Amino acid sequence: MSTVDVLPARARLVSTRFLRSELALIFRRRRNQAGLAVLAAVPILVSVAVKLSSPHGGGQDGPDFFGSITENGLFVALASLTLELPLFLPLAVAAISGDSVAGEANIGTLRYLLTVPVDRSRLLRVKYAAIVLFSLAATLVVTVTGIVLGLALFGGGSMTLLSGVQVGFGDGLLRVLLASGYLAVCLASLGAVGLFVSTLTEQPIGATIAIVMFSTASFILDSIPQVSWLHPYLLTHNWLAFGDLLRDPISWTGVEHGIYVAVAYAAVFWLLSWARFGAKDVTS
Amino acid sequence: MTAAAVATAGLTKRFGHQTAVDSIDLAVPTGAVYGFLGPNGSGKTTTIRMLLGLVGPTSGEVSLLGRPGGTTEVLSRVGALVEGPAFHPYLSGRDNLSRLDAVDLTTDRRSSRRRVDAALDRVGLLAAATKRYRAYSLGMRQRLAIASTLLRPRDLLVLDEPTNGLDPQGTREVRSLVGSLAHDGTTVLVSSHLLSEVEQMCSHVGVMHVGRLVAQGTVAELRAGSEPEARVETDQPEVAAEIMRGLGLLDVHATHGAATGRLADVAPEKVVAACVHQGVPVLGFRVGSPSLEDVFVALTGEGFDVNG
Repeated sequence: MSTVDVLPARARLVSTRFLRSELALIFRRRRNQAGLAVLAAVPILVSVAVKLSSPHGGGQDGPDFFGSITENGLFVALASLTLELPLFLPLAVAAISGDSVAGEANIGTLRYLLTVPVDRSRLLRVKYAAIVLFSLAATLVVTVTGIVLGLALFGGGSMTLLSGVQVGFGDGLLRVLLASGYLAVCLASLGAVGLFVSTLTEQPIGATIAIVMFSTASFILDSIPQVSWLHPYLLTHNWLAFGDLLRDPISWTGVEHGIYVAVAYAAVFWLLSWARFGAKDVTS
Repeated sequence: MTAAAVATAGLTKRFGHQTAVDSIDLAVPTGAVYGFLGPNGSGKTTTIRMLLGLVGPTSGEVSLLGRPGGTTEVLSRVGALVEGPAFHPYLSGRDNLSRLDAVDLTTDRRSSRRRVDAALDRVGLLAAATKRYRAYSLGMRQRLAIASTLLRPRDLLVLDEPTNGLDPQGTREVRSLVGSLAHDGTTVLVSSHLLSEVEQMCSHVGVMHVGRLVAQGTVAELRAGSEPEARVETDQPEVAAEIMRGLGLLDVHATHGAATGRLADVAPEKVVAACVHQGVPVLGFRVGSPSLEDVFVALTGEGFDVNG
C-alpha cells in the first residue's frame, strides 16, 4: 500500500473534464466536422438559389418561409431549418448519439473507460450531455449560417411575421433564435432515443440507421390521418410548431406540447438506457 | 498487510447453457506477482472481466484489496489491461491517455500532462506521443495500453496478456517493468499463454482449465506436487523407453532422440546402468523437476500454446 500516500486529494464529486473530453472527441472528429459542413451548406444553397431566381412559394408542409426571404434575410435560417428538419438534422443527431456508447464498444474503448473507472450512470449522463450540446450546436450551425448569409444577401430590418404583423429586427432575431432553441430541445430528445439504441448494440452504424428510421417512422405516422389518436404522442409531431413562434401573438400551444413530449421522451429513454446499460455485461 | 489483493469465492459465470467460469476461488496475496495461466477459452478473460466489474458474476463474490469488487472506489486503485489494447484510432497516443486521465475523478488536471508523459516515457513511447494511434504497430499499441495503467499509482495491476505482440526486446522490457512495479509493492495479476515468461516473473501461479481453477499456489509448490523426471538422450529412444518401463518408471514416452519418464521410486543411476548394460548408447542423462509447462500439461492434458 505504499502508493496510497502519494495519491492526490481524494476523488472529486464533480468534474467537467470528461464532458470536455467528450466534446473534443465529437467536434475534432473529421467525420463530424464534415457533417456540420453539410448542415451549413443548406442555408448557403437556399440563399444563393433564392438570390439567383425570383422565388415563388416553397414548402407545402409547415410554415412557408421561402416567400419571405427576399424581404428579410432572417427567413433564410427558418427556411433552412424547415428543410433540414425531416432528415439532415435528425441524421446528424442520430450519428452522434448512435456512436455514443456503441462506438466505444465497437473499438473496445468502453471497457477501458469503465475500468478507469467511470461509473456507468455517470458515463450515460456525460454522454447524453454531450449529445444535447451537439444538438444545440447542429441547430445553431444552420441558424447562424442562415442569419449571416441571409443578412448579407437580403438585408435585415423589420420583419413581417407569418401573421402579417411587423416587428422590429431585434424582436425578429430573438424569435428566430427561440425557434432554433426549441428545435435543439426536440432534437436532443431524439438524442435520448439514440443513446438508448446505442446501448443495445456494438455497431454504431446500425444504431444510427435505427435512430433515423425511428424519426422517419414518426414523421410518416404523423402524416397518416387514420392514426390521429397517436399523433400527440409522436416525438416529431410538434417539431414544425416552431413556426408558431413567428406569429403574433405567439401561439404557444404547439411549442409547449412539443417541449412536454420532448422532455418525456428524453426522461423515459435516458432511464431505459440506464436500466439497460447499468447491469449489462460488457464483453466488447 | 496479509489480506489478499484479489480473492474470489465460488465465482461463476454462465452464458446461456455454457459455463465459462465454474466456481473458482482465486487467492492473490498482496505483493505477489500472480501468473494466471490457461489455454485459450479456459475462462481467464471472463474471470478478469468479472474482477473489474465489466461482467456480472452469475454467482459468487469478488473482493479486491480487501473491499467488495466492482465499486469505483476500489477500481481507481486497480490498473487494468483487458483483452488487448483499445484506443481511439484518430487520436494520438498522448491524446488517448489524456482522455483516460480526464475521465478519472481521482487525478489532478494540473499534473495530467506530466503524468501522461511520464507514463509514455516509462514504456518508451514518448517519441511517438503525437503519432495517431492508427499508425502504431501492435507492439506500440500494447505499450500504450500498459502506459494507461501507469497514469496514477496503483495497488493492483491486472494485465491480460501484456506481452502479446511484443518482440523479444519488448517482452523483456515488460518483464522488468512488472518486476520494478512489484518491487514498489504493487500486486500484479498477469495472464499469459507464454509459460516460460510466467515462470520467470511470477511468485504465484493459478492454472485455469475449462472454466475451473485446477491448481493454485507458489511456483515452488506447484512444481513440488509432481515427481522428478528422468530423461535419457539416445539414438534408440524406443529401446530405452522399453528398458525404463521394465525398471518401473511411470508415464514413459519416447520422443525424437530421447526417452523420458517419472522416476517414482527408481534410483536414477539404475536407469543409466540398465541402458548401457543392454547396449543402448546413452548420449545424455538428466534428472529434474518438470518445467512448469510439464506441470501444466499434466494438469490440463493439452498443449499450452494453442494458437501460437
